[in-house]
Amino acid sequence: MKTLIKSVVLLLIVATAITFNSCKPKGPQEAFVGNAASKVYVAPGKYDEFYNIVSGGFNGQMSVYGIPSGRLFRILPVFSQFPENGYGYSEETKPMLNTSHGYVPWDDLHHIALSLTKGEHDGRWAFGNANNTPRVARISLKTFKTEEILELPNSGGNHSSPFITENSEYIVAGTRFSVPMGENRDVPISTYKENFKGTISFIKIDPITGRMNIGFQLKTPGVNFDLSRAGKGPSHGWFFFSCYNTEQAYTLLEVNATQKDKDFIMAVNWKKAEEYIAQGKGVKVKARYAHNVLDENTHSATSEMMTEVLQLDPTILKDIIYFIPCPKSPHGCDTDPSGEYIVASGKLAAIIPVFSFTKIQAAIAAKDFEGEFAGIPVIKYESALHGEVKKPGLGPLHTEFDEKGNAYTSFFVSSEIVKWNVKTLEVLDRVPTYYSIGHLCVPGGPTSKPHGKYVIAYNKITKDRYLPTGPELTQSAQLYDISGDKMQLLLDFPTTGEPHYAEAIPASLIAPNSVKIFKIEENNHPYVAKGEKEAKVIRKGNEVHVYMTAIRSHLVPDNIEGIKMGDVVYFHVTNLEQDWDVPHGFAVKGAANAEILVMPGETQTLKWIPDEIGVVPFYCTDFCSALHQEMQGYARVSPAGSKTPIKFSTGVIEETGSK
Amino acid sequence: MKSLKPITRVAVAVSALALISAYFVPLWQILMWAPQYPEGLEMKIWINTLSGDVKTISALNHYIGMKTIEVSMFPEFGYMIYLVGGIIGIGLLTSIINKRFMLITFLAVILAAGIGALIDFYLWGYDYGHNLNPEAPIKIEGMSYQPPLIGTEILLNFTAFSGPDIGGWIFIGVGVLLGGLVFYEWKSKK
Repeated sequence: MKTLIKSVVLLLIVATAITFNSCKPKGPQEAFVGNAASKVYVAPGKYDEFYNIVSGGFNGQMSVYGIPSGRLFRILPVFSQFPENGYGYSEETKPMLNTSHGYVPWDDLHHIALSLTKGEHDGRWAFGNANNTPRVARISLKTFKTEEILELPNSGGNHSSPFITENSEYIVAGTRFSVPMGENRDVPISTYKENFKGTISFIKIDPITGRMNIGFQLKTPGVNFDLSRAGKGPSHGWFFFSCYNTEQAYTLLEVNATQKDKDFIMAVNWKKAEEYIAQGKGVKVKARYAHNVLDENTHSATSEMMTEVLQLDPTILKDIIYFIPCPKSPHGCDTDPSGEYIVASGKLAAIIPVFSFTKIQAAIAAKDFEGEFAGIPVIKYESALHGEVKKPGLGPLHTEFDEKGNAYTSFFVSSEIVKWNVKTLEVLDRVPTYYSIGHLCVPGGPTSKPHGKYVIAYNKITKDRYLPTGPELTQSAQLYDISGDKMQLLLDFPTTGEPHYAEAIPASLIAPNSVKIFKIEENNHPYVAKGEKEAKVIRKGNEVHVYMTAIRSHLVPDNIEGIKMGDVVYFHVTNLEQDWDVPHGFAVKGAANAEILVMPGETQTLKWIPDEIGVVPFYCTDFCSALHQEMQGYARVSPAGSKTPIKFSTGVIEETGSK
Repeated sequence: MKSLKPITRVAVAVSALALISAYFVPLWQILMWAPQYPEGLEMKIWINTLSGDVKTISALNHYIGMKTIEVSMFPEFGYMIYLVGGIIGIGLLTSIINKRFMLITFLAVILAAGIGALIDFYLWGYDYGHNLNPEAPIKIEGMSYQPPLIGTEILLNFTAFSGPDIGGWIFIGVGVLLGGLVFYEWKSKK
């Protein structure tokens, strides 16, 4: 009998355990969707519909993916050295990374802005920001090369950047950290309120060349600028920035900058600022910042140190900027395609306020202000408000838009994307993200004419989404179909670096213009050898310049003598090929440097300081042809002061040598 | 000696003038495909020059010891402009003189020029495909690489096609038309 009771009790325990287990909430694996595979399948040899230009975050680069496949095509070196192709290592590219602090080989690239014409993508340039040592970069979407980097003076970290106006008139750069400026910057940190200022730089873009220069800088009260967007359509001429730390804390911001119920959205009337500049109200201020430009004919960058910047003080010129109260540490600040609505995401707020441009204008005209903050008028919250999205989720960060009047907001804390209607403010749908989404991207989402179709989540936490690779993991992006009423998860794809913002653009705007080769006739590099007959070795004091050519499958010259200890050798390698996808690489044994990868028609230079006497091999590093492994040579290094003459050749067999 | 029918006279003049196009369009084309070149490589032969992916073709062919293709290796480019000019002149003369023997002469010249060009092209192709650099990196016993005279042939990893381009087709058209005219005149003589 006792055994029977025992058995029954045991059975009950087991049954209860099973029941409880089946009641446990379901895990993310349940979110799998049946017909997703066919929607992201791009057959071999076929192309993706969109280019996805993705910021690399702490790798300092941009990367290029295809959507909907999620395939990685290239990493584009921007603010960080890239040994894979010699960017930042070759003599031609080193000046790109020059700053007022000297050579800075790394940065943190957060945001992408693609050039616009009449509010729509024009496929010309991509801009990116350097968050650490404040800079902006311009990348050509024809060559996918970084063509220009401009440093920003009076900035303590360029986060609120590089957002762009609807005709690419300006990109902006708002400082994340306010810092002391001017002559006396050696001040106690505790004097933040008196001595710390922010700046917003308006960087003018040349409409033809894309060349950047700082049009003017607005000097602002000391706060942190986070993100921004230009107005468009009716609000063209205005720019909106999110500000946090209006507490003006300088320590433990986690607590001290989160005390106020409301921080600010800052509305900037940049057309007004332009008027003041035209009236000569700008003040020239001494500054030191680098401006680096790549010349596409010499294939070489130059760095120029700039010495002054034009500033405007909106506390004196009162009608340039206005503050609008915004709940709890706003992060994203996004204008909808119509340009009427400004969506501000308070990271710690329980609602999403949506401001109306028309109402903001009316409030300014009626001087409907609640007071001033550090000399800047503050518009009444209710006067500027279109409405609030109620109970959207936790931790709203960023908002993108589709072509149907819907907004898609990312929620970091509740790890989801929420779709809502911009006019009615009604929540329409929500999908989970894995895990903790940061930025998100709808193709054409920040433009006047979104392409819609997909939303891509760039998640901040990866955890168990892929095969584990130790403590350090890849980053996780996810693609959702938004063509229907319900968002549908289609694909997980890993990303490199740590993507923040990204943009997606139809392939038809970029692919037809993509450059295949550089024309050798247009190569004006000072050390070019446009044919093997021009290959030579020249000594200038202790510098030895090798004008070298590379073509399948030999280097000219491939035997070099007369180099001595104490020399500095420059290998100027010209790739003579004029055929698509035939790069040649070049590396020298023991060179304290990377390889260089030379595109057809291009010249790149590897600097080498010989460190021992003997014969040093060099070779082509790109598997260029069937006889790639034969593409090699020798450089002889003689003792300092020896009489070995400069001598160079390819294919010359000396009989005396074998005797 | 009988004169030509008015329609023949006009057709001959038009034919002769049509040959002026030879100065503005390519006459012959060689097309090549390989696994790495699905889009194909082309070499167009004009009256006095070459165009297309000539450098790329030379870069690829040097592995098997073929010569670098250059305009200077074709002496034909020096005199073809005069030759074609002469043919056009004969055509116009035919229309002016307006006699049957001239029509036959014009046809004969066109045919001779066509056959001559093919023989010349074959001889160049034979030399280009057989006269290989003995120090070539890739040597295959018994293999030669003469491009096809007309049509398609597989040479190692390449599929090569050779045939007339627009200008060549105009020449062929003129030849066929003249043949037809001779036949027509001969028939209507009876």
